[in-house]
Amino acid sequence: MIGMRESDITAAFEDGPAFIPYLTAGDPTFESSIEYVEALARGGADVIELGLPFSEPIAEGPTIQQAIVRSLEGGMTPERFFEFVEALDVDVPLVCMTYYNLIYQYGDEDGPRPFVERAAAAGIDGLIAPDLPVEEATPLRTACDALGLDLIFIVAPTTTDERLTPLLEHSSGYVYVQARLGVTGARSDVSDRTSHSLDRLDGDDLPAAVGFGISTGEQAGEIVAAGADGIIVGSALVDIVAEGYENDLATEETAERLEAKARELTAGIIEQGQPRSERL
Amino acid sequence: MNETFGRYGGQYVPEALMPALEELTDAYQRYVLDNEDGFMDEFRERLRAFGGRPTPLQHAEKLSERYGTSVYLKREDLVHGGAHKLNNALGQVLLAKYMGKERIIAETGAGQHGTATAMAAAHLDMPCEIYMGRTDTNRQRPNVFRMRLNDAEVTPVDVGRGTLKEAISQALRDWAQSVETTHYVIGSVVGPHPFPQLVDDFQAVISEEIRDQLHEQTGGLPDSVVACAGGGSNAMGTFHHFLDEESVDLYAIEAGGSSLAVDEERGVAPNSASLTTGTEGVLHGARTRVLQDSDGQIMESHSVSAGLDYAGVGPELSHLVETERVTPESVDDETALAGFHRLSQTEGIIPALETAHAVGWLETATPEQLGERVVLTVSGRGDKDLETVLEETATHDVPEAPEMDVFSTTTGDDRNA
Repeated sequence: MIGMRESDITAAFEDGPAFIPYLTAGDPTFESSIEYVEALARGGADVIELGLPFSEPIAEGPTIQQAIVRSLEGGMTPERFFEFVEALDVDVPLVCMTYYNLIYQYGDEDGPRPFVERAAAAGIDGLIAPDLPVEEATPLRTACDALGLDLIFIVAPTTTDERLTPLLEHSSGYVYVQARLGVTGARSDVSDRTSHSLDRLDGDDLPAAVGFGISTGEQAGEIVAAGADGIIVGSALVDIVAEGYENDLATEETAERLEAKARELTAGIIEQGQPRSERL
Repeated sequence: MNETFGRYGGQYVPEALMPALEELTDAYQRYVLDNEDGFMDEFRERLRAFGGRPTPLQHAEKLSERYGTSVYLKREDLVHGGAHKLNNALGQVLLAKYMGKERIIAETGAGQHGTATAMAAAHLDMPCEIYMGRTDTNRQRPNVFRMRLNDAEVTPVDVGRGTLKEAISQALRDWAQSVETTHYVIGSVVGPHPFPQLVDDFQAVISEEIRDQLHEQTGGLPDSVVACAGGGSNAMGTFHHFLDEESVDLYAIEAGGSSLAVDEERGVAPNSASLTTGTEGVLHGARTRVLQDSDGQIMESHSVSAGLDYAGVGPELSHLVETERVTPESVDDETALAGFHRLSQTEGIIPALETAHAVGWLETATPEQLGERVVLTVSGRGDKDLETVLEETATHDVPEAPEMDVFSTTTGDDRNA
C-alpha cells in the first residue's frame, strides 16, 4: 500500500469478510439502476463496484457484455455515470470499474487526471481498470494518489511470483483475486487455484477479495473459509437485472430480488468469517 | 526490441494475459530474432515449399501507360491461399509449435487471415478455432467454407455489428481463458507488444523481395511504394525494408468508405480511415489511432472491403504517419470499386477489394507523388469478393464495371444491369 492513511475501502473489511457486489451503472436505465444499487446496499454490501460501460469490454463474459449493451443503449456516458454516482443514496465506499480508454479520453487535457478528479468529486473511492496492467499504470497511479483514490489491481491465476511483488506495491484498497482463468461470469465450481492465490497473498497488508464465478451464499462461504477477506459478485447479480428486463418485471420487484440475493451472499460469508481485525 | 513506437503501442491487456505476452516476447526474441533451433530457416523453407514464395514483382504495362510511369505489382495474390496473410499465419502457427502450444485461435474480418491460419494449422497439425463476426460470415461465405474444409472451427460473433472489432475482442476473451495451452494468432500488426513487431517481421518478406527483385529488374529503388492499410500488416510488410530509404515515398491507402465524416449520435464512422481521421486511444491492447467518439467509445467502422473494416490500426503505422515517414491517403468505396474493375480489365488480375483501394488511389495521385517507379502490393486476390462486388456495383455509379446482362433470367425490356 502506498498511502499512509488506511482508506475507506480498506476499512470496510475490518469488521469481517466484505461483500462486494458489482452492477453495470445504468443497466437497463439510469433510474432503475439507482434502485438496484441501493437495494444491494440494504442487502449488506460493504463496498460496491459500479461498471462504467465501454464499447469493447475485452475482459467480460456474455452476461456483463449484455449489461453493457443495455446501459449504453440507455444513454450511459462517463458524465452521466458521475451524475449517477452523485444521485446514489448509499453509505458504503464506491469503486468505479472501467476500461482505460474512457479514463484516458475524459476531459480536455491528455492523461487520466481529469477523470480521477471528476470521480473524486462525485464520491468515487477507488478505480479498477481491467485492461491496465501495472506496467502501463503509472500515470493513473499518480493521479489516484494525488486525489486520494485507491487503485485496485487484479491478481490472476497466471500471475507469476515475479509479477506479484510490483503488482502489490501498486495496489491500494484491496487486491482483486481472480478465482479462475477466463472472463467474468457465474459458474457453479470454484477453482482450486483460488486457495493457491490466497496463500500467496497471505501476509500482505491489503485485504484480498475473490471474484469471478461466485453465485451462491454457499460458494461465498467456502471462499471465505479458504481465507478470503471478501467476495466480489457480479454476473449472478447482473443475471437478476437481465431477468427483470427480459420479463418486464417492476423495478421494485427486481430490486427486492437483488436485496434477497445480497442477503444470501452476506449470510454465507458471515457464517464462515471472522473479523479481519482478529486475524491480523 | 521496442515495446512502444513513439507514444503508440504498449500492452493494455488484462493481467491474466500478461504472463503469456512475456512468454511470447521471450519466444519472439529467441526463435525469430536469434533463429534459435533454426526456426527462421524452417519458416522460410515452409514459405517457399508450402506458401509458394517468392512471389513475382510484375511490371504492369497497361497501368504504366495509363499513369505515364513504371508501375510494378508485387503479386501477394499468388501466395498460397490468395493473400499475404499466410506469411504471418504460417510464422505464428510454427512459432506456437516451437513454444509447445496445443491449440490455435484467431480472429478474421474478410476471412483471409482466418483461411490462412486454418491452412497453416492443418499444414502443421494444430487444432484451430476462428472467431468471425456474424456480418462477415454472411458476406464472406466462401472463406467460411474454406476454413471448415481445412478442419478449423468457425465461431460466429454476434456482439455489436459483428465485424472484425468484435471478432478480436472475442478472441482475446477466449485467450484469457485458454492462455496456458493456446496461442492467439493475431492477424495484423495490431494488439499488445510483441504482436505488432512479430507480425511485421513475418510480413517483412514482402519488401525484402520487392527490394531485391526491383534491383534485379531496374538496378534501383522505387520512388514510391503503395499499399492498402486496414490493421496495416500488408502496409508494414511492404514498407519494412524501405523505411530507412529516405528517397522512397510510402503511401498507406485507407478505406474512406462512403464518407470521412462521423456520426457521433449513432456511434458510427462510415469509413475505416483511422490513420487519416482517427485520434489517439487505447484499443485491443495498444495505444494507437482509433475511430472513437468524444467520450472514448469505439465507433463502428465501415468499408465495402471487410478486410479494411476496422476502427484501429497498427501502432507502428500510427507512429510512422505522425513522424510523416508514411503518408496516409483515403479512397472511398466507389473509387475502390472502379479500381477493382480497372485492374481486372487492364491487367487480367482480379484483386481483393482491399487492394482495389490502392489501385483506385493511382487514379487520383499526382505524377510527383508517383515518381518514375511505383510499386503497388496486390495484397490478395478478389475471388472472395465477387458476390460483394456484384451487389455493390449495382448500387454504385461505376462506369468501369462490365454489363452483367448475362445474368438476367428474363428477356426483353425489363432487364437491369
